[in-house]
Amino acid sequence: MTTHYLVLSVLLFTIGAVGVLIRRNAIVAFMCVELMLNACNLAFVTFARQHGNLDGQIIAFFVMVVAAAEVVVGLAIIVTIFRTRRSASIDDANLLKY
Amino acid sequence: MGETITFWVLAVVSVSAALGLVFSRKAVYSALMLGAVMLSLAVLYAVQDAPFLAAVQIIVYTGAVMMLFLFVLMLVGVDSSDSLVETIRGQRLWAMIAGLGFAVLVALAVGNLVVAPPTGLAGATQGAGGNVPAIAELIFTRHVFAFEVASALLITAALAAMVLAHRERSRPKPTQKVLARARFLSDHPSPLPGPGTYARNNAVDMPALLPDGSISELSVNRVIARHEAEEGGLPEDPKLAEAIRQAVEEESK
Amino acid sequence: METAEIIQGAGGAIGASWLMIALPLLGAAILLLGGRRTNGWGHLLGVAMSLGAFVVAVLSFVQMLGLDDSRRRQAVELFDFIPGMVKMGLLIDPLSISFALLITGVGSLIHIYSIGYMSHDPDRRRFFAYLNLFVAAMLLLVLADNYVGLYIGWEGVGLASYLLIGFWQHKPSAATAAKKAFIVNRVGDFGLAIGIFTIWTTFGSVAYGPVFEVAGEADQGVLTAIGLLLLLGACGKSAQLPLQSWLLDAMEGPTPVSALIHAATMVTAGVYLVVRSGAIFEAASTAQFVVTIVGVATLLAGAIIGCAKDDIKKALAGSTMSQIGYMMLAAGLGPVGYAFAIAHLITHGFFKANMFLGAGSVMHAMNDEVDMRKYGGLFSVMKVTAITFGIGYLAIIGFPLLSGYFTKDGIIESAMHVNPVLGWLAVAGAGITGFYMSRVMFMTFFGKRRWAPDAHPHESPAVMTIPLVILSIGSVFLGAYLILGNRLMLFLAPAVGRPADLPGFHPFSAPGLTTLALVAVGAAIAWAKYGRAEVPQVAPRGSFLTTFARRDLYGDALNESLFMRPGQWLTRIAVFFDNRAVDGLVNGLAAGIGGTSGRMRRLQNGFVRSYALSILFGAAMVVGALLYVGTL
Repeated sequence: MTTHYLVLSVLLFTIGAVGVLIRRNAIVAFMCVELMLNACNLAFVTFARQHGNLDGQIIAFFVMVVAAAEVVVGLAIIVTIFRTRRSASIDDANLLKY
Repeated sequence: MGETITFWVLAVVSVSAALGLVFSRKAVYSALMLGAVMLSLAVLYAVQDAPFLAAVQIIVYTGAVMMLFLFVLMLVGVDSSDSLVETIRGQRLWAMIAGLGFAVLVALAVGNLVVAPPTGLAGATQGAGGNVPAIAELIFTRHVFAFEVASALLITAALAAMVLAHRERSRPKPTQKVLARARFLSDHPSPLPGPGTYARNNAVDMPALLPDGSISELSVNRVIARHEAEEGGLPEDPKLAEAIRQAVEEESK
Repeated sequence: METAEIIQGAGGAIGASWLMIALPLLGAAILLLGGRRTNGWGHLLGVAMSLGAFVVAVLSFVQMLGLDDSRRRQAVELFDFIPGMVKMGLLIDPLSISFALLITGVGSLIHIYSIGYMSHDPDRRRFFAYLNLFVAAMLLLVLADNYVGLYIGWEGVGLASYLLIGFWQHKPSAATAAKKAFIVNRVGDFGLAIGIFTIWTTFGSVAYGPVFEVAGEADQGVLTAIGLLLLLGACGKSAQLPLQSWLLDAMEGPTPVSALIHAATMVTAGVYLVVRSGAIFEAASTAQFVVTIVGVATLLAGAIIGCAKDDIKKALAGSTMSQIGYMMLAAGLGPVGYAFAIAHLITHGFFKANMFLGAGSVMHAMNDEVDMRKYGGLFSVMKVTAITFGIGYLAIIGFPLLSGYFTKDGIIESAMHVNPVLGWLAVAGAGITGFYMSRVMFMTFFGKRRWAPDAHPHESPAVMTIPLVILSIGSVFLGAYLILGNRLMLFLAPAVGRPADLPGFHPFSAPGLTTLALVAVGAAIAWAKYGRAEVPQVAPRGSFLTTFARRDLYGDALNESLFMRPGQWLTRIAVFFDNRAVDGLVNGLAAGIGGTSGRMRRLQNGFVRSYALSILFGAAMVVGALLYVGTL
């Protein structure tokens, strides 16, 4: 059963990663990042159960905390960028280049 | 047996919801899909002896984080959906290849593991008398430093969000007197005509009719006009369509 | 070869003989470092230094005459030059003192002459500095008691020669001639250097004494190699075949230079080297035979070239080559020839310097015109010059009882003894000498006046004619004095050894009479063609032989096609290789890196999603690598 959970976690993680790669809307890309974090959490919880050790759950808990903080800051940044550039597209913020 | 059924149902739901998140064109749909994934995961946590995390998942993610996303979507504009054209050449193809490769490789690695039957958390939680007390004990003893750092991080994040979202006023706030003077100096001392006035349908997307029966461009809602111009859903009435097009041009200036 | 032992710790004038080198060197240093401040009295200082060296030489000579034969080789230790290898010292013996007297004596006369000759030249001080430098270097060359010292002097005279040939650098022909002389001399110097290296590795010493003591014991092949290498050096410095090509061009220098360096002294350094290294050459008969071959070939080649030149200095230069060829021939004959070689060298130093200075006097009078076809009939306006030049002329063709008669006859007689073929070739050379020297004499001083319209010939000032007179006196009597009674041979014996039986003087032998007859015939032909007949102002085309001689026997053409052209091609190939291959590689590498970077730069396109894609690829690769490592 553990393997199933892990494969599910891998699938969700990959879908999230691909989403980050192909979506240009900053908010959607951000959601995909959250999806990847959740996939990781699933893996942690699964490992905790597999090993009979609560550390996995605790790490998942901290991931959630950090993710919450990250969402707050990230969304604030998106709002700020949108305010100045009138756009939420990631590709529009490409000034830092060759 | 019960766990297997739950897993397969939720696995199908969460993967489809994740795919929907990635492939739906509208950000709001994506947000809803993400909510579905999170709820599924919350249930999976509960199934895997993690009731505390399941609760936190629902409260923090589905409750707080998702609300934040929706608020920001509202701020940025719900209509700001992606265009379908990919601007970076080969990005989609390569993203698919890399994603597929990554998934296959990690799945191979996971599938090759020789897994003993799960130990279960009964032994770990027994001493504290349940999952939540056990986690609490760990957090406030062994991981207390990380916990404190996390709290500092949250405070910092809140402050950061305030600083980032704060808009510095570059000129004094206009008083009522200033605003009134500006209005009387402009072309329209009176309020703009509301949509639907004298029209056949009293709807927000129907422009107002002037006393002589012609359409007032000023009454067209800009956001709706732009939306309809982009979607190609202009009304059949040529006068109305013309009015909407003019409103969009006005907006783009 | 029986030579006297070298006696250390000389005293008196011989002990102070280092002054001979030091005085002119000091003069050169003062004049070169002093700059314009010394302009006013620089030439006087130069003359004084040269005369000072001459006085020391004479005093040393007198001191030597007072010594017993066995004590006439005196060594003067100076300093440790290269510790453990070379002790610098001077060897004062009859051979070196003869040279020292010639160099300082003729050199001083030419210094005095130059005061007049260069009086209108703004760079006279520099000229005297170079002359002094030359005298110092030449004295070091002949006085040093080891090959390294000789080599330093050898290079020093090469440098002085270069500086003096190119003295009028503003003339491109002079600059080119200087460069040519330097480069051709390099070839010879290279041979000499390798020869000295070989001497060091073979004998473990470069000092004359130790080397000559054991010279006969070395391997025959090594000795032959040393001999040939020394000969190569001698050929370069003495303008012998095959390194003769520079001497004719060297006439671009001021005439006193031609007289001092390129007739009287420096070009005889090769003869000195061969005579000094007699011990080596006698032990290597092959090398010695090659010396005679080179001598005979050059004496004929020089004489033929001399026949066709219209430039008075080049005709004299051809004659110089030819006369040094005689000396080389004699030096290659062994002890029986050394004395004649040196005797001819000394008398030649006098009469050739005399003629060169006479030619300079003529040029001085004719607005620096050198083409003999524009002379003619100068006898009546320049009597002193003409008479002294005539004495030199008679001496060189071997007119009975004048210097050249005795010395050249001695060489021919000795050659006859050793190898009749060489002897008869030398006789033929003497006949040609009679022709071309008469040609010079008649074209210059006799016949009709063919002067340029603006030429107003006049006799030169006394400062120029007095040296001419002194030199012509030497040209008349020196030969008889040195040869009769074998005076020079006996004097030189402690240094170079003496032959088993002393040669007598046979004025009426078959070769002697034949020589006289041939010279008379040559002179008569010259009189018929250039004295009595009209001399055309423009040189006629002439036969193939004339062209051959005018072109210096195609020596330059040979050098150009054999060495210069291939060298130029080699350089071009090297340049091409450098530009295309080496630079191409370096520039290509840089351009490749630059181009690649330019293209790689595009990866930094500013799109976060692109970066994320590469991160995902990287993660996939890491996972793949971990999997692969796990399967190992």
